[in-house]
Amino acid sequence: MSNTPSSQSPALSQESAIARFLRATEIDTRMLGMIAALLVIWVGFDIYSGVLRPGNGIFGGSFLMPRNLWILLVQTSTIAVMTTGMVLVIVMRQIDLSVGSMLSMVAVATGVLQVYNLGPALGLGHPSIWITAVVFALLLGAAVGCFNGFLIAYAKIPSFIVTLGGLIAYGGTAFLIAKGVTVAPMDKTFKLIGGNGPLASIGPFWSWFLGLSACAGIVLAILNGRRQRIRFKFPLRPVWAEVFIGITGSIAALGATAVVNAYPWPHKVAELYALENNIVIPAGIENRDGSAICMAADKIVHCVDGLSYQTGFPIPVLIALAVGFVMTFIATRTRFGRYIFATGGNPEAAELAGINTKRLTMMVFTLMGALVGISSVIASARLDAATTALGTLSELYVIAAAVIGGTSLAGGIGTIYGAMLGALLMQSLQSGMTLLNFESAYKDIVVGTVLVVAVFIDQVYRRRVK
Amino acid sequence: MAKAKIKFPVKAAKRAAPSRVVKSKPVKVQPVPEPFHASNRGTPLIEMREISIAFGGIKAVDHASIDLYPGEVVGLLGHNGAGKSTLIKVLSGAYKRDAGSIHLNGQEVAINNPRDAKGLGIETIYQTLALADNVDAAANLFLGRELRTPFGTLDDVAMESETRQVMHRLNPNFRRFKEPVMKLSGGQRQSVAIARAIHFNARILIMDEPTAALGPAETAQVGELIKQLKADGIGIFLISHDLHDVFDLADRLTVMKNGKVVGSARTSDVTQDEVLGMIIAGKCPKGAIPGPGALRDQAA
Repeated sequence: MSNTPSSQSPALSQESAIARFLRATEIDTRMLGMIAALLVIWVGFDIYSGVLRPGNGIFGGSFLMPRNLWILLVQTSTIAVMTTGMVLVIVMRQIDLSVGSMLSMVAVATGVLQVYNLGPALGLGHPSIWITAVVFALLLGAAVGCFNGFLIAYAKIPSFIVTLGGLIAYGGTAFLIAKGVTVAPMDKTFKLIGGNGPLASIGPFWSWFLGLSACAGIVLAILNGRRQRIRFKFPLRPVWAEVFIGITGSIAALGATAVVNAYPWPHKVAELYALENNIVIPAGIENRDGSAICMAADKIVHCVDGLSYQTGFPIPVLIALAVGFVMTFIATRTRFGRYIFATGGNPEAAELAGINTKRLTMMVFTLMGALVGISSVIASARLDAATTALGTLSELYVIAAAVIGGTSLAGGIGTIYGAMLGALLMQSLQSGMTLLNFESAYKDIVVGTVLVVAVFIDQVYRRRVK
Repeated sequence: MAKAKIKFPVKAAKRAAPSRVVKSKPVKVQPVPEPFHASNRGTPLIEMREISIAFGGIKAVDHASIDLYPGEVVGLLGHNGAGKSTLIKVLSGAYKRDAGSIHLNGQEVAINNPRDAKGLGIETIYQTLALADNVDAAANLFLGRELRTPFGTLDDVAMESETRQVMHRLNPNFRRFKEPVMKLSGGQRQSVAIARAIHFNARILIMDEPTAALGPAETAQVGELIKQLKADGIGIFLISHDLHDVFDLADRLTVMKNGKVVGSARTSDVTQDEVLGMIIAGKCPKGAIPGPGALRDQAA
């Protein structure tokens, strides 16, 4: 009703080139900031580690090496999967403190099922074991989440209290189920889900296939968006901006593929695989920096052109990426997601618009529980064991990742990709400091400080944007 | 008062012959106001009968009855806490009534939640606007009844397109379709809330303090809109503190006090001072039909 000038009207000449670029491409500047922070951390760790001990990293250290990045991605997946759900929980103005204990409980229960029940009954390695275990973990997680959600939505107990109780109680339940012992080993197919073993990655061919598919997907999405806007006669993004986004996205997808494909199986593993499958190990040329293996008088040496298997994308990372994709779809393209955000923005308005916010709350916690189920499978498969301490403190990392990723604890604001980047950032800090041999006490101090500083910077940024 | 007469000269001329409608209780006998469409004479568009609702022993609304005809604006007046917003929230489905019935075109209808009310064409513009501040205009406009693609996903492009059309009608200068509504001005937010109420072929519109947060120019714009909606045959409940607003825009008014109806009158039959007396003291003047909440000695 008022005649306030719209944001699109100021003369283009008044804008700087950067502002014009950002507006045309519609890039989330916050995400740019996070990626910049991530790069600074990565480069910093690589240089620092290079000072201590030279390595093969881009800056002479040992952080920016395919192997380290590959491991970093695998380490991130557990937290990354759960944080996608935590974003929605926090957007709804709720919190879930119980995910760590729930992860332990689900992992232990799944472990007991496959090690003590299914294994003896069906015979070790029976193909239905891992499927049953995964489905069981998902359902158990969803059921526990649903129970949390019921108490919060219908019994009207604050989520902080319900899930704080869960944090304590589910931890105790995990201990009871496991009878205090570590449950191991996991089924051999189940283990692959955690990135455990050489076959837990999809290899170079399928990795390139996925990378190229991602490029094709990006291009199709851009074309489809453009077609839709033309159909409804909306203003279009400039062609150069579309091309820029397409090329940047494709470079990112192919770059990630190249990195994971540049990490070969450890040579002992490759040798064992060759022996088991009667593969002749080629001669190759001995070279200390070579990544392939050669047999020299029954000794394994590094060489070029010898036997080498590229790992490609590890399964847990693919699961995390798939979860991120699906959750982004749910958050942005479905009614369910739209209602979550609207409820977080103004619960009363959502109620008045006819949204059943109670059922919605319960569904969000159920979804969170199912994601905890997925994470518990990844975590126990990666460790090849289920322990009662598997998820200890991970609720805090999950929340921290979501918050660093731009999720507002006031509700209504947050993105899935931001939270996943937040998880990667936190894991990079942890992993980098481990690489540098930091004492764990210092690691905790740094991670805690980064969390607070990140939120402070975010507040300043939001105020300036406003 | 003089202003009101200038606004509705036709009404003043026709005042001579009020028809009557007989209801279950003799106390409730009320003359039907002049309908704006001859075809709608007789049955009210919406009628709330003997509505009661209590919160923890406090009777927020106590046997209140109110009705509305097509193309008519009924002002609902009263102090803070008089029960007017509560009564209207029963109609919009936000509150569940303890007793009483709601009739749409003479047929009793069940309204148990906001979805029911919207399904019957009852739309509400809340005093707080009830917008989700963190999402954009289109998401707010379609909140609870999103357009979807054949795959069941949100059809954002189609929703934005319709939003552009309806907003263009209400507020031609509005261009901030991609921004969360918290970044909009008060007037722009108001137009989003109004757009949401009128976009889905509302038959009955409830406006709770629609001009409370607006400047004079925007208030005038809302007034224009109300007249336009009236002409389309939409019935409007106008809840307001502001007597001037009600006398400017409403055909009839109902005053509530302590959860009870003090009385109802055509705006042309009463003066602003008399209405003030109804609001403050519960005194029902000669030109008004007393309700259960009117002072006893005045009610006869």
